[in-house]
Amino acid sequence: MRLHIDWTACDGRGVCTELLEEMLTEDDWGYPVLRDGKGEIPRALDGAARRAVDRCPRLALKLTQQ
Amino acid sequence: MTEALWYFARGSGVISLVLLTVVVALGIGSRSGKPAFGLPRFAVSMLHRNAALLAVVFLAGHIVSLLFDPYAQLRLVDFVLPFVGNYRPFWQGLGTLGFDLMIAIVVTSLLRNRIGARAWRAVHWLAYLSWPIALAHGLGTGSDNGTWWLWAISIACTAVVVVAVGWRLSTGFSRFPARADREVAARLRQPEAKQLEEVR
Repeated sequence: MRLHIDWTACDGRGVCTELLEEMLTEDDWGYPVLRDGKGEIPRALDGAARRAVDRCPRLALKLTQQ
Repeated sequence: MTEALWYFARGSGVISLVLLTVVVALGIGSRSGKPAFGLPRFAVSMLHRNAALLAVVFLAGHIVSLLFDPYAQLRLVDFVLPFVGNYRPFWQGLGTLGFDLMIAIVVTSLLRNRIGARAWRAVHWLAYLSWPIALAHGLGTGSDNGTWWLWAISIACTAVVVVAVGWRLSTGFSRFPARADREVAARLRQPEAKQLEEVR
């Protein structure tokens, strides 16, 4: 599974970077940045990724199968 | 037994108001994007949701107990249709109205992924309407109106909400006040399904 960030929706509220800090870091303006650049989700982080997707106040995160 | 229902209804109503006050404050706190109340952002967000669901539970208890109460003589229609009650119809109707708004807020929140962020947010703004309605309902219809403790609770709850809304409106509210507001073209705001249709 991969994590997809919809940049037209993202407002950099910072909830995902807290819930998924293994995969995401914040830029200077609080927007999330994928640490690996691709959003590949390790199996161990499945739950955390789903929670981050669920809690995004802007529904800007998606899980994709590719 | 009937007295017990009456006491339960009153108590659960007051607890609902206190919980809803906490929910409003936490909701504003989670919008800020700053860690609020000594909690990390995600905790504020989750506590907001869980406190809201707990408030709904107490509200359900409040309403259902009045269904069997000989004073209030609530009928099923009073659950959803405001201002037609047998007992202090106006003040009871405010309670029904607040309940209707809250159901709309909860249902849209649970279906947020299906209805999209914009529709969800529009309905969520009704919280600012339903909270004062709930407050007025408690003070107006409450058999405890005039008691010092109900006034103390109401004043404390009002103070919390006023401070929270004041914070919401202040310039230092969001994490990055200097960030420019983005302007997104209307075309891009359409739900994803519609965008895909257009691509096809």
